[in-house]
Amino acid sequence: MVTLNEEQTMLRDMARDWAANEAPVSAFRALRDRKAVAGFDRSTFEEMAQMGWTGVIAPESYGGSEFGVLGLGLVLEETGRTLTASPLLSSGLVAVSALMLGGSDAQKERWLPGLASGETIGTLAVDEGPRHDPAKIEAKAEKRGDGFVLSGTKAYVPEGDSADLFIVAARTGEGIGLFLVPGNAEGVSRSARSMVDSRSHAFVQFEGVSLPSDALLGEEDGAALLDKILDRARIGTAAEMLGLCSQAFDMTLDYLKTREQFGEILSRFQALQHRMAHLFTQIELMRSTVEAALVAVDQDRADLPVMASLAKAVANETTHLMSRELIQLHGGIGMTDDYDAGFYLKRARILENAYGNASFHRERFARLSGY
Amino acid sequence: MSASEKAETDPLEAFRDEVRAFLAENFDPSLVGKDNVMSSVEGDDEMSPEAARWKTAMGERGWGTPTWPREYGGGGLSRAEAKVLNQEMMRAKAWNPIGGMGVMMLGPTLLEFASEEQKQRHIPPICRGEIRWCQGYSEPGAGSDLASLKCKAEDKGDHYLVNGQKTWTSGGQWADWCFALVRTSTHHKHEGISFLLLDMKTLGVEVRPIRLISGASPFCETFFTDVKVPKENLVGQEGQGWTIGKRLLEHERTNLSGGSRLAGFMGPSVADLAKRYIGTDEEGRIADPDLRTRIIRHDMEARSFMLTAQRVMENAKTGGPTTISSILKNVGTKVQQERAELILEIMGMNGLGWDGEGFAEDELSATRSWLWGKATSIYGGTAEIQNNVIAKRILGMLDHQ
Repeated sequence: MVTLNEEQTMLRDMARDWAANEAPVSAFRALRDRKAVAGFDRSTFEEMAQMGWTGVIAPESYGGSEFGVLGLGLVLEETGRTLTASPLLSSGLVAVSALMLGGSDAQKERWLPGLASGETIGTLAVDEGPRHDPAKIEAKAEKRGDGFVLSGTKAYVPEGDSADLFIVAARTGEGIGLFLVPGNAEGVSRSARSMVDSRSHAFVQFEGVSLPSDALLGEEDGAALLDKILDRARIGTAAEMLGLCSQAFDMTLDYLKTREQFGEILSRFQALQHRMAHLFTQIELMRSTVEAALVAVDQDRADLPVMASLAKAVANETTHLMSRELIQLHGGIGMTDDYDAGFYLKRARILENAYGNASFHRERFARLSGY
Repeated sequence: MSASEKAETDPLEAFRDEVRAFLAENFDPSLVGKDNVMSSVEGDDEMSPEAARWKTAMGERGWGTPTWPREYGGGGLSRAEAKVLNQEMMRAKAWNPIGGMGVMMLGPTLLEFASEEQKQRHIPPICRGEIRWCQGYSEPGAGSDLASLKCKAEDKGDHYLVNGQKTWTSGGQWADWCFALVRTSTHHKHEGISFLLLDMKTLGVEVRPIRLISGASPFCETFFTDVKVPKENLVGQEGQGWTIGKRLLEHERTNLSGGSRLAGFMGPSVADLAKRYIGTDEEGRIADPDLRTRIIRHDMEARSFMLTAQRVMENAKTGGPTTISSILKNVGTKVQQERAELILEIMGMNGLGWDGEGFAEDELSATRSWLWGKATSIYGGTAEIQNNVIAKRILGMLDHQ
């Protein structure tokens, strides 16, 4: 565990208690069973917002608490443990970061208070295909008069079914720019996609959406800004994965300590002990990289992009391994829908794909490292 | 604020000034880069007058063992002061001349378990780097199953009579003293073990070096035939040896993992070597894409390891190793071995030269460190034993034995 200050410790403990008591996996199961299109429960998200979590990183002047990304990472980890479905990552981390990093005073004034209070749900719309690849953006924002006209499609937009604000990456004359697009703007349409994790990953179409000039976030050549926002999304996702992995590990360990075969508790078998020792080791390594990346954001370190790719690649590999072993070590019961293990496996793969899979981040890590 | 004003208000800054003055006076610039980290097991006895003076100066201050109590010859520094000392030594590129098993393993163990007389007698020479210690743990029939050791110490009233054999005694041929686990009772496996300190010059001690696959002989077989050891050399109680010995291994594992020093051992990056030997494509990538991917994986694992070592150090503010040291040893040794294998692969046949012409010096040393490095996942508890420890002690998965 990284060294926490008093506020961070309180925040983590509060999140842990709340997730365990108010948003256990059974709550996610109920949500899945009722096939909610939004992919989360409004009243649950309101509770999270009331506790201030949507505003953890936002400046105090816009209704936030300025606790930093490490603080929010702790909450994402704890809620990741119980698969709590909410737009906290997409809105409270990614959208808020986008405004904080690239927003003018007026843009911040317009959007940050709502995002920080949880009344507005924001999300980043980058990818247009099944794999994360910002280089393949084809959506276009053409200058018209004072403003822009946006056209294109975005695939698998997290919380896209409920978003009030899309932060859309599109080609401009200068490069890739980011645009603040209200969800109810004319020309915006969304189609739900039913995915294994029962969460929202919408297909969103932008058909000749007219935008005023102040919809542009930052510069028309905003690739560097997009990268910064994406790094925060990657690190936040890795924090959620850390919670998911830790819980999957704990569930497996508990199971091995209770299940008996051949007249022995499974945890007595050395073949299983060594697999668990390996998983424990990998998760500890993952924790080190994720926590270091969260701290790197708050310290605004120069090697943040390397740390982000390191954390996401390690998180992906570890989560992949852990989720497979979760099923295997549980045996038949892990295959049943009545048991929670499957939820973790399904969410794991979604998160692995989100904002870059392991090979994407290995490639980026190497290029950033000069080889 | 000037430096001296700062020093007046901040005792740490005053200490920093003291360290700087000490380094300027005692660390001759000619010593930069002359550190031999393996000297304790390689028996490098030749020391230049500058090095000897540096060692004496550090030994007198106790700064080679900065946080050990002053009363036993340590530096008596607070953690904050030790950090300042470390920072300033790094700045001056000064290395610690006080090392070896006495510092890494025995000293911390004696501080915890030894009698006042034993501490007074044995710790100060360790702090001054005067006595070389070797470890008498493994036996031909007791490797991973260390507790099955047979080397026996019979109670003869005022002394123990020691008979038996130890093996893998690191630096045994150069050691002055040995800390050993011996059997004082055959009735109980673990409770029949005691922790003894032996003078290697005692009659009946015989040492034979073992030649390893790397060509080096850092370890010995040690034979004890009717060796008389005074009872005052028993550490702790009779039968407490397993507890003390295990604690010492935790110190060993923490040190063997390399920890923060790994970076220092690493030399040029594997990626740079690959670029030099194999070349790059038009985009500056290592030309062999398969190798490149494995280098990336290795780099990521090395970074994760170093971040973990850092995290463990930050957490262990109260001092003393924790059970997590078992993780560090396995990962650290894996990273080091993987690095050696990658370097060998990059060098191709040039990385497999034994000696003589046709090979660069760094190629020959790559071969030797590759071979030597195979030891790291075996000594100090094999990787498999480390996994047992993690499963049992950290995860509570019960004893399978």
